[in-house]
Amino acid sequence: MQDAVPTQSAFLTLSGISKRYAGVRALEGVDFACQRGKIHAVLGENGAGKSTLIKIIAGVVQPDAGTMYLAGNNVSFATPSAANAAGVVCIFQELSLMPDLSVADNISIASPPRRFGLIDAGAQRRRAEELLAEIGCEDVNPLTRVGDLPLSRRQVVEIAKALGKRPQLLILDEATSALTSADVEKVYAMLARLKSNGVAILYISHRMHEVEALADRASVFRNGRHIETFDKGARSTADIVQLMIGRDIAAQYPAKPPRKPAKPVLALENLSWEKHLDRISLSVGASEIVGLGGLDGQGQKSLLLALFGVLRGITGRIMVEGREVRPGSPAAAKSVGIALVPEDRKTEGLMLPMSIADNLAIASLNAISTGPFVDRAKEDAAVKRSIARLQIKIGTPTDAVSTLSGGNQQKVVLAKWLMTEPDIILLNDPTRGIDVGTKQELYRLMRELADQGAAILFYSTDYDELIGCCDRVAIMYDGRIVRELEGDDLTETNIIASSLNVHAATSASAAAGTAHA
Amino acid sequence: MLEDIAIRARQNIGLVTAILLFCIFYLLYNLAHPRGFSSAVLVQNGDEIFALAMLAMAQTVPVLASGLDLSVGAVMTMVACFASYLLTGTAGGTPLHVEIFGLDLGLGTFPGGITGILLGIAVCLAIGALAGFINGCVVVYGRIQPIIATLATGAVYIGIALFLRPTPGGKIDEDLNWALTNSLGDFASTVHILDDGAAAWFAPFAWIPVPFVLLALIALLVWVPFRRSVLGRAVYAVGSAEGAAYMSGLPIERAKIAAFTLAGFFAGCGGLFLAIQTSSGNADIPQAGAYTLNSIASVVIGGTSLLGGTGSAIGSIFGAMILRVISFFFRIFDIAPLLQPLFEGLILLAAVSIGALRVLRVRNTLELFR
Repeated sequence: MQDAVPTQSAFLTLSGISKRYAGVRALEGVDFACQRGKIHAVLGENGAGKSTLIKIIAGVVQPDAGTMYLAGNNVSFATPSAANAAGVVCIFQELSLMPDLSVADNISIASPPRRFGLIDAGAQRRRAEELLAEIGCEDVNPLTRVGDLPLSRRQVVEIAKALGKRPQLLILDEATSALTSADVEKVYAMLARLKSNGVAILYISHRMHEVEALADRASVFRNGRHIETFDKGARSTADIVQLMIGRDIAAQYPAKPPRKPAKPVLALENLSWEKHLDRISLSVGASEIVGLGGLDGQGQKSLLLALFGVLRGITGRIMVEGREVRPGSPAAAKSVGIALVPEDRKTEGLMLPMSIADNLAIASLNAISTGPFVDRAKEDAAVKRSIARLQIKIGTPTDAVSTLSGGNQQKVVLAKWLMTEPDIILLNDPTRGIDVGTKQELYRLMRELADQGAAILFYSTDYDELIGCCDRVAIMYDGRIVRELEGDDLTETNIIASSLNVHAATSASAAAGTAHA
Repeated sequence: MLEDIAIRARQNIGLVTAILLFCIFYLLYNLAHPRGFSSAVLVQNGDEIFALAMLAMAQTVPVLASGLDLSVGAVMTMVACFASYLLTGTAGGTPLHVEIFGLDLGLGTFPGGITGILLGIAVCLAIGALAGFINGCVVVYGRIQPIIATLATGAVYIGIALFLRPTPGGKIDEDLNWALTNSLGDFASTVHILDDGAAAWFAPFAWIPVPFVLLALIALLVWVPFRRSVLGRAVYAVGSAEGAAYMSGLPIERAKIAAFTLAGFFAGCGGLFLAIQTSSGNADIPQAGAYTLNSIASVVIGGTSLLGGTGSAIGSIFGAMILRVISFFFRIFDIAPLLQPLFEGLILLAAVSIGALRVLRVRNTLELFR
């Protein structure tokens, strides 16, 4: 085997890896291998052990048992930097960037270029420019503070940072979940280049079409065990989903009821804000799920925030149940029956160190209080109802919400708002980074809520989701709604065309653009 | 290029505001002062500013790493007490001894003369740095929150100061006092360089007060290199997002220890100067407390976030100077001493509010919480 071609033999081999957290099994006797020059997808529901697997490979946690070989040598990494030194670099789902430092600082954080022992700011900046150019995102100014960038650009910086470490084994954990479609293409091209240079790539994603497009091989994990590894094309998507969840799922999306005209619960007239929203007119009826589509960053998030009272200086009208409202804060929005599941559940959705029960009750404290005091009995009952209704998998309600998996955390956010019995539910990409099983539960729940009369405005970056869930989809482009799609028009082709604003409507919108200027 | 400048200006808005504010205040002060714009006034101001400016720099470093150091005033006081023994400049040296449990232990003789003074300065600064290093170790290895850890160690340092100087006393070499608390010209004539300060090319600089020169030197030779070192970068990273800093493979523990050690060093510089300026050592507990609190105020006025990650020690120097200039005004306008805290508080509130003005411009209220 001495003259075996390196790209054909396993680059990383794990054997018999096990890990327990406080007695709970995370990984059990896992054997796993991946090769140079291959993109290897790791699939599984949240809690299947993927995160633990990556953390062990990247030196974040230590396995309880088992051995790891890198390029034939027995290795064990005590810290992430030890792993980096061996060429193992991970792009984590939880961004590893320092928001107060500049893009250039962040990219070269671990080993900056130095002159006379001090950091060479000029060289560091050139390095950042080169790496960003390698991904094709030259538009990011290296001097900008990372905290001032939108989430999608931050992820680009995260990738550039990983690339700067010249990895031999690159691990991407949901690394494209926040990227814009245009950037995703660039990242694919970069991955292809790395692959042809013989880099081994581990790719974790909940987006099946990404996996289909990219992966050469795939491994499925379930309940901390390695279930199966197969080459591209050996298994159908349905098979893979089956392997991941180990049970049948009837349909990906719940059936849509026939459309009937409904009176609008929420109506917007010429809503504008700064440069981000441009004369938005839209209505959402009772029992209706309206999607917000389009490329990332076209104003969808601003629209949801505007409705929720977060933005100042809005012009135009917001009508709820036919009456004009002008919520000046989330508290005011809540009082007119609006709920928002925000973009970032860890900072905006949840108070991570507080208990599950506290988080669930926090938006509806008025309803469960007697005078100034929270009524414990009412609180317990309400919390219990919510947990049962959304089938949130928890230990006890007094555990910190941070102990839950991502999917269950998102359920807590949603449940918190459902406890306020809202008429209008705004959802900001609620399924980002969530496993297939929980996604489906959320889809079903959305439809249930709509059937009970709620008006739902649903922003998603996933076109499949919009087509599967929504009665109608409004496509946004540059702060405007360029098209509304429904019924048979609601197809992926139409969504993409409208997102790029290349439809027949071009002339009309060009005229609007001139008028605007 | 223009875009880069705009970005930098926006990122350092706190520093720019502090500098502008100081310039306005100081200009008004000099206009109102009967002997304004003179070297004598500048020298006096420099002497009064130096110790607080050093403490403000000291406080900045732990604050950047999201910690507060409540011991900076105590370290300053302790070092000043040490200095009152080690910088006497007595020819033939100073015999040192300690009395513990009634036992009188001789510690040999500390050298006198110029060697003794230089050695004394080095020892004092080392004591400050050591105190800071101990703070850092308690925080990192004891896993104790900085605010509590330094509250405790600060009490210990004050205890040592009281042990050294139960009553104010001691002595500082007169030449040293004269050389460091006056203008550059006086410095040159005291240490006999540049023809005793009479060199022709030197004349245009002779009026500059020594404390300001020392401040600039310490900022340039200690702070700027630290900020541009990997360890300095790590301090900012820890304050910005500790988890991310860890995941990026940064030396977090070393960065925190370095932050506190540097704080101790700066506080030591302040203590040393205080002793030289007052020619004595005094374990003054209220003064230590006031200096600590004023150092925190200076840091905030100087544009450093108490949450860590953004700001700089340069801003804090200006913050300290603004605080001091405010109290200078009281002297000119002859405000009753009993009213001074009231005015000081109100002006402090107003100064800090300027930084909060951006809140009014924010169009996305969610940004207020990021």
